[in-house]
Amino acid sequence: MSFLDLKNVTKIYPNGTKAVHETSLSVDEGEFMVFVGPSGCGKSTLLRMVAGLEDITEGDINLDGKLMNEVDPSERDVAMVFQNYALYPHMNVYNNLAYGLKNRGIDKETIEQKVNDAAKLLQISDYLQRKPSMLSGGQRQRVAMGRAIVRNPKIFLFDEPLSNLDAKLRIQMRLEIKKLQQKVGVTSIFVTHDQVEAMTLADRLAVINNGIIEQLGTPIEIYDNPESLFVAGFIGSPQMNFLNGNLTNKTLSAEGFEIKDINSDFEGEVTLGIRPEHLSQTENGLINLKVDLVEQLGSDNLVYGQLKDKKDFCYRCPGNQTIEKGANLSLNIENNKYYIFDKSTGKRVN
Amino acid sequence: MTRFITSSFSHLILLIGILIMVVPVWMIFASSTHTSSMINMNGLQMFLGDSFYENYLRVLLYQGGFFKEITALKMFFNSFIMATGVAILSVVTSLMAAYALVYYRIKHATLLFWIIFITILVPLELRIFPTYSVMAELNLVNSYFGLIVPISASAIATLFFRQFYKTVPDELLESAKLDGANTWRFFVDFLIPLSKTMIVAMLIFMFVFGYNQYLWPLLVTTSEQYWTVVMGLKMMSGSIVHRFAFVMMSMVPPILIIIVLQKHFIKGVFQDK
Repeated sequence: MSFLDLKNVTKIYPNGTKAVHETSLSVDEGEFMVFVGPSGCGKSTLLRMVAGLEDITEGDINLDGKLMNEVDPSERDVAMVFQNYALYPHMNVYNNLAYGLKNRGIDKETIEQKVNDAAKLLQISDYLQRKPSMLSGGQRQRVAMGRAIVRNPKIFLFDEPLSNLDAKLRIQMRLEIKKLQQKVGVTSIFVTHDQVEAMTLADRLAVINNGIIEQLGTPIEIYDNPESLFVAGFIGSPQMNFLNGNLTNKTLSAEGFEIKDINSDFEGEVTLGIRPEHLSQTENGLINLKVDLVEQLGSDNLVYGQLKDKKDFCYRCPGNQTIEKGANLSLNIENNKYYIFDKSTGKRVN
Repeated sequence: MTRFITSSFSHLILLIGILIMVVPVWMIFASSTHTSSMINMNGLQMFLGDSFYENYLRVLLYQGGFFKEITALKMFFNSFIMATGVAILSVVTSLMAAYALVYYRIKHATLLFWIIFITILVPLELRIFPTYSVMAELNLVNSYFGLIVPISASAIATLFFRQFYKTVPDELLESAKLDGANTWRFFVDFLIPLSKTMIVAMLIFMFVFGYNQYLWPLLVTTSEQYWTVVMGLKMMSGSIVHRFAFVMMSMVPPILIIIVLQKHFIKGVFQDK
């Protein structure tokens, strides 16, 4: 049994909404697990069930070998960082950090020691006497993390903690969270709807949709080998291009081109997925793109255009190439990196 | 220039308003420092006389009532006990009632709250006989307990605290739970400090409410020992200057309580920002 074990966990709200469907998942000790998915997919509910803030309708949650289903959140020894930080507004930073320790009956000197250590680690030692209202967004974020770290819990739970920060700070805090987790080595679960955050932070990633884990794996596995249409569309930026096609006799015929010798016995309507970065310009390529718009990011250009049948399509090329609006590009798929999904079930078939 | 005129005009109106309110009080105060023969001959006075100590001391220490058992000093003591009791008891009960209504999983909590709220429409005067008979059965007539308890359940304070608790974000409770706080600790460590400003405001409000009670103390006390200041105002006999002096003194405790608690009140408001 691993450190955190979810077995067939289901959540049905009193009004009948099924937020999480029979989800099973194991998290190893020291692992950084990320739940990613669109809003309302049940990822936060799953996290809150681990914390004990939501009742479990069915299934079991085991933490460190103990069944947690009926254990009160205060007894679970988990720490959580909330989206809006949920700092205690009437206490100064020191007391915010110390409060959980005081409740556990730890003596004053040890508390002071632990708070000071955590404050040093997070570089908030100068603000210990301030109230949360006197801190900036990034500082509040650190205090919220400090409150989690100081207790040395079995598991850290992060519920979209970066979504209230501005873009620059978000990237900085993302790095810090990762570094900190590696330093402290505590098992962590991080919930986010931002796939970049998910990719960069995770040791393993659970892509969740409609209360079901669609795919579980390392970020690169999921990027390279999406098992379903949903995962393929969700992970990767800009989004994967999807084209309708038909697969018969190992030959895919899409709008305007054919791919032969496909490694699949599937027959019928399919969706072809191609990532914008897996294309290159050649003469007489498979795909003809009429350019509508070019976004220059410096390192890359994002080229948006339409195929013959007016289908929107995106191509990513190195920033040093100049591409004019209105140009016609001929593109090939690099190294056969394309994905074919059953159109009716969304499952990968190649 | 027009701005100057409008602002002076509004100041003028405010000044007139202040004069209308303050001058009568001042006249009573000024008159209360004269001898009664002076007032009887010359009417109300605008300037201070020289009988301040004489009049006020006499009023404070004079043995009044039918049985000559009560002094003004004792009335102030009674009123203070009653008002403080009402203030503290009603704030404590409404804090706890609101906590239960908002945070406990009570079925029909909203309905229960509205039932509590409706009691605002039922003034003491309407339930005064049943309440009296309960107090009489419990042998609480002529006691501080009997003076305080029946008027100490405040629907208004419950309403204020409930509305405030509803604005406290759920994450705060959840975060506190994960930090190991139980129900009681959350109440003491979070809700009470967070509602400090409101507690002080309610204490002032309920103190003045308790201090101003007339009908209920009149009914539930038969012994002069339990007379309150407001009852004394009605019962007071004697010369006009002494009555004026007593009226002036009766205004002091509510004003004092506001001055003392207002500091905390304002501090609380600024800290919350």
